[in-house]
Amino acid sequence: MLEILGLLGNGFLIVFEPLNLALIVGGCALGLFIGAMPGLGSVNGVAILLPLTFLVPPTGAIIFLAAIYYGAMYGGAISSIMLGIPGASTAVATTFDGRPLAKQGLADKALTGAAVASFVGGSISVILFTFFAPPLAHIALVFGAPEEFALMMLAFATFVGLGGDDIFKTIFSIAIGLVLSAIGFDIISGEPRLVLWDITGFLHGINFLVLAIGIYGIGEMLWTVEENSLAGGKSMLSEATVTVQRTMKNLRELVGTWKTLLMGSVLGYFVGILPAAGATPGSLMAYGIAKQISNEPEKFGQGAIEGVCAPEAANNAASTGSMLPMLTLGIPGSPTTAILLGGMVIWGLEPGPRLFTDHSEFVWGLIASLYAANLFAVIINIAFIPVFIQILKTPFTILAPIIFILCLIGGYAPTQDMHDVWLMLSFGIVGYLMRKLDYPLAPAVLAIVLGPLAEPALRQSLIISDGSFAIFFNRTYAGPIMIAAILLILLPLFKIGYDKIRNKQS
Amino acid sequence: MTVRTAELLMAIMMGAFSIYLMSKSTELPIGWIEDEGPGGGSWPFWLATIMLLSCVGILFNWARKHGPIASSTKTYIEPHVLVDVASVAAALTVTVGLFSIVGIYGSLPLFLIFYLRFMGKHSWRLTASLAIIIPVVIFYFFEITLKIILPKGVTEPLFIPLYKIFL
Repeated sequence: MLEILGLLGNGFLIVFEPLNLALIVGGCALGLFIGAMPGLGSVNGVAILLPLTFLVPPTGAIIFLAAIYYGAMYGGAISSIMLGIPGASTAVATTFDGRPLAKQGLADKALTGAAVASFVGGSISVILFTFFAPPLAHIALVFGAPEEFALMMLAFATFVGLGGDDIFKTIFSIAIGLVLSAIGFDIISGEPRLVLWDITGFLHGINFLVLAIGIYGIGEMLWTVEENSLAGGKSMLSEATVTVQRTMKNLRELVGTWKTLLMGSVLGYFVGILPAAGATPGSLMAYGIAKQISNEPEKFGQGAIEGVCAPEAANNAASTGSMLPMLTLGIPGSPTTAILLGGMVIWGLEPGPRLFTDHSEFVWGLIASLYAANLFAVIINIAFIPVFIQILKTPFTILAPIIFILCLIGGYAPTQDMHDVWLMLSFGIVGYLMRKLDYPLAPAVLAIVLGPLAEPALRQSLIISDGSFAIFFNRTYAGPIMIAAILLILLPLFKIGYDKIRNKQS
Repeated sequence: MTVRTAELLMAIMMGAFSIYLMSKSTELPIGWIEDEGPGGGSWPFWLATIMLLSCVGILFNWARKHGPIASSTKTYIEPHVLVDVASVAAALTVTVGLFSIVGIYGSLPLFLIFYLRFMGKHSWRLTASLAIIIPVVIFYFFEITLKIILPKGVTEPLFIPLYKIFL
């Protein structure tokens, strides 16, 4: 316990270095902005801006990106409330009651509620994180190749079992991500592998950023172009009156929602840990439970402040939760953390439990930065509500070309090869076409990040066992993890069977 | 084209791509090599097989009209949406194509002019200022601060004096 506090103290010393402090404030503000823009969320921001972080040391880079991640969770609520369009999928539930409040002229109440709830969710989850992470990393230190592979299977299995998308399309997405990550050289024999159509550009493999920016940058923007085209460019921005007195009154009224806030935070944190779940389902679940435990459930959907607080506390808590498996096990808990994990590999850090011992400065600097980012985000958010409302008035046709340009350069920067820019553009267009057919793309991004770690883990395990797959089932930790993964994959089948039996009975 | 037709075409294309990946994987051994473990091609080969099986599954669902996509008779991309999305995609393709010819500082202003003036219908004044300011900011940020040299094509000689000053 004392040791943890000592390490956290060291983390704060790193955070209070002027450069890191500036990165947190800048990251929070940028994240708020990205989150507030309809269509763009934390994952888009982190993917598009990751190439910019090559400028600073790894600790500064992860602090900056984590601050964006955090800020975006706060910012998503702004357009949910003001426009009725979720700023990011994580803020969908916030529209249910945030929008009615805005229509009643109480936009400021909803915005303050969202900001405070995000703060509470962030704070509770980061405290849980501080005390859960080190013991988990300690257990994970004994993990070998079979356990690592089993954990990755579990991560993919959560997408199949809990993702809620078409099962075949989910499995396809995972498999294609893993195959794309295998392009380049065979890691063991050193021979060229899968040099598609014998184009030499494939010899250096496919950088995960090329796929991530393709899908979350170009693809997402094409999607937004479509939505704008369907909406005919009309927007319905609500008016908001913001005064100090009203803000104080709003803050006082929020004290009564403490139960909802606590529930949302704890629920969000634990849902966030699961790779396929994360902030969006976490916030929807929190909304549902808040309605059930409320004394006035009929007010939900009409402008209940608890309906804004519950999902906002949960989505911030989930974003912290998703960092737990990323830092302790090397398994990302969300697409955004998958990109952060890929970034760590680029910065020369090896993800996994050893991070806590080998790069303790990096880990504790990041954890301490979450405390600081949380505080800065709530201050910036409440203080600059009128500014964000102004920003929402910026026409999409000005922002879109700037974001497209950032994507093109972001695809070029890591390898400085035009081949990658073409590839990114193709991924963006094909990704857009696939998304229109409900192919989930997050599993592919997770897979391309985990692929280079999964293959050696599998091959090493099989070499140890002389080709027997039993190695994944007869070890203390690998066995239960692998069985859990298989059960999760089979979960949809159980559900189909259960539904059939029930239909027959009725 | 309906969503249902698009679903069929996508599954067939992805299935064909899976078969290509399977055959490409066999360039390296896909079986067990004594004292070495699984061959270099085995991991991608079996994954590509899983891809192919998933496509078969998608086609199976398509045939029995199972699920909202496989049974949808809606238009895949509405004509007016297609015009917008396709012109943006085409503009991006042309921009990237021009990177190696007239360089990034030749193609980005063209892209900005196209987007701001013709897609966004903004004034010439705003279009011109952004078409100049954004490339300048990019030069300062990427080439000078990050030291990432961006493609210049035939405009390369024009930048030599600037390199001498800043790099």
